[in-house]
Amino acid sequence: MTIDPGSRTVAASTSDAVTLRGARLSYGDRVLWDGLDLDIRPGEFIAVLGPNGSGKTSLLRVLLGLQQLSAGTVSVAGVAPGKGNSHIGYIPQQRALEPTLALRGRDLVGLGFDGHRWGLGIADRRARAARVDEVLADVGATGFADRSVGLLSGGEQQRLRVAQALVNDPRVLLCDEPLLSLDLANQAAVSSLIDARRRAANTAVLFVTHEINPILPLVDRILYLVDGRFRVGTPEEVMTSATLTALYGTTVEVVRVRGQIHVIGAHSDLCEDAPHHHGEH
Amino acid sequence: MDKIFDFAQTGALLKVDFVIAAIVAAAVLGLLAGVLGPLIVSRNMVFAVHGTSELALTGGAAALLLGWDIGGGALAGSIVAALVLGLLSRKNSDYDSVIGVVLSFGLGVGVLMLWLYRGRASNKFGLLTGQIVGQDFASIALLVGCVVGVFAVLAVIYRPLLFASVDPEVARARGVPTKALALVFAVMVGVATALSVRTIGSLLVLALMVTPAAAACRVTASPLRVTLLAVLFAEVSAIGGIILSLAPGAPVSAFVTTISFLIYVVCWLISRSRRLTRA
Repeated sequence: MTIDPGSRTVAASTSDAVTLRGARLSYGDRVLWDGLDLDIRPGEFIAVLGPNGSGKTSLLRVLLGLQQLSAGTVSVAGVAPGKGNSHIGYIPQQRALEPTLALRGRDLVGLGFDGHRWGLGIADRRARAARVDEVLADVGATGFADRSVGLLSGGEQQRLRVAQALVNDPRVLLCDEPLLSLDLANQAAVSSLIDARRRAANTAVLFVTHEINPILPLVDRILYLVDGRFRVGTPEEVMTSATLTALYGTTVEVVRVRGQIHVIGAHSDLCEDAPHHHGEH
Repeated sequence: MDKIFDFAQTGALLKVDFVIAAIVAAAVLGLLAGVLGPLIVSRNMVFAVHGTSELALTGGAAALLLGWDIGGGALAGSIVAALVLGLLSRKNSDYDSVIGVVLSFGLGVGVLMLWLYRGRASNKFGLLTGQIVGQDFASIALLVGCVVGVFAVLAVIYRPLLFASVDPEVARARGVPTKALALVFAVMVGVATALSVRTIGSLLVLALMVTPAAAACRVTASPLRVTLLAVLFAEVSAIGGIILSLAPGAPVSAFVTTISFLIYVVCWLISRSRRLTRA
């Protein structure tokens, strides 16, 4: 957890998918995290856990180049985060798209392919259509790709989000609570699509979540952020009563039931507050 | 009622120069409105367009009072409005109320200026509800110039603008400069609105800028087909509205709004019957 000034120069030259060295993020005198060293290898699946306001989403924003570090260095896919790194795929939270939105599933995926480029892109339309068809088939979305996205279920919309993120063959996949508000079957479907991708193409996955259980079998390591403190390690190392008690600074008990992990805190807001499973509309 | 369907009268008027000029202007405006409309609808900017057109009225009224060119005044007013509204974030919860505050004040100032104006009353009325006289080929050259300029910018920014309009969060993550695009698009809408004010009047610009696109969104989800249909609907409304207004000599906007409303109703019925058959 110490900052090594000498490490700053080597940060960008590693083959790691994501490298953070002595990273600090603060707003005024409020420190979200400090001294964060993290190397994510290609093909590694990292879950980012922690209560609301612990800086999970801010970490994604840093990697996307939307937020500057207060101190330290960061590189993603070998380069410093700039706006529009095409080696990064991004999957947002499932949010209901408006039913009248004039957009089909294949358009959503197509925008992921080249929506950030200037010009009309008429010359590339064949290549785009072929790639979009391919990735729609990969996620099993071909059947509803021509329907209005706003009329699709949350699970169907999230499949399209996975396709949208994968259409550029990313080396790093950043997921911001992609399972939120999905039912259990769709949680399993979407997370297994993400897992299949990283195994097939060695894509590193950084998966921000409130809930570890749906992805527990897939996770290699956990980054657990609490109130400026953090811990990195395998689920066996991090998800223990001793580790989380130290992180939260109060007694927290971790219980394993039938392969699932439950965190029981002294106050309900200490443990993983779980506004999930609203079911689909 | 007989006057509306006096085809001999309509036919004779269709040979008059200023009528031809008005129809050409309407065709150009229909193209512009049809292309911008779907983006306006998907960006939830309908109320912002209304606010912009009210401030085009203020600019036009100021120009009328000061003896300047009305079109130039309308353009200035709506570009100022577009910049103010473009700087506001769509995410702000007070977005709509700020538009309401700005547009009502601007309209009030416009009303005061129209009251102070002692010239021909038809000039005042024309600002509110549109008129076809006063279009000459010089003003059409200006119109075409503006529209070509808007389309040239659009050809460069269309893809990221569409991305930012329908999927802002992922667009931002992909490095699309959503704030800058919002500002550029607001100025484009301001230009289009100011150009439409002369023909259709500031009160009813929405009939050309929004209704055709909203109708098209009812019947297809493909962005390309929505745009093509919106252009078609806007052309039918704008040109049809002018032709129907000729014989009775009534304000153009009454007919433009009626035609675009009927198109919307038909599209709504189509989408409804489709949903019922699917269910």
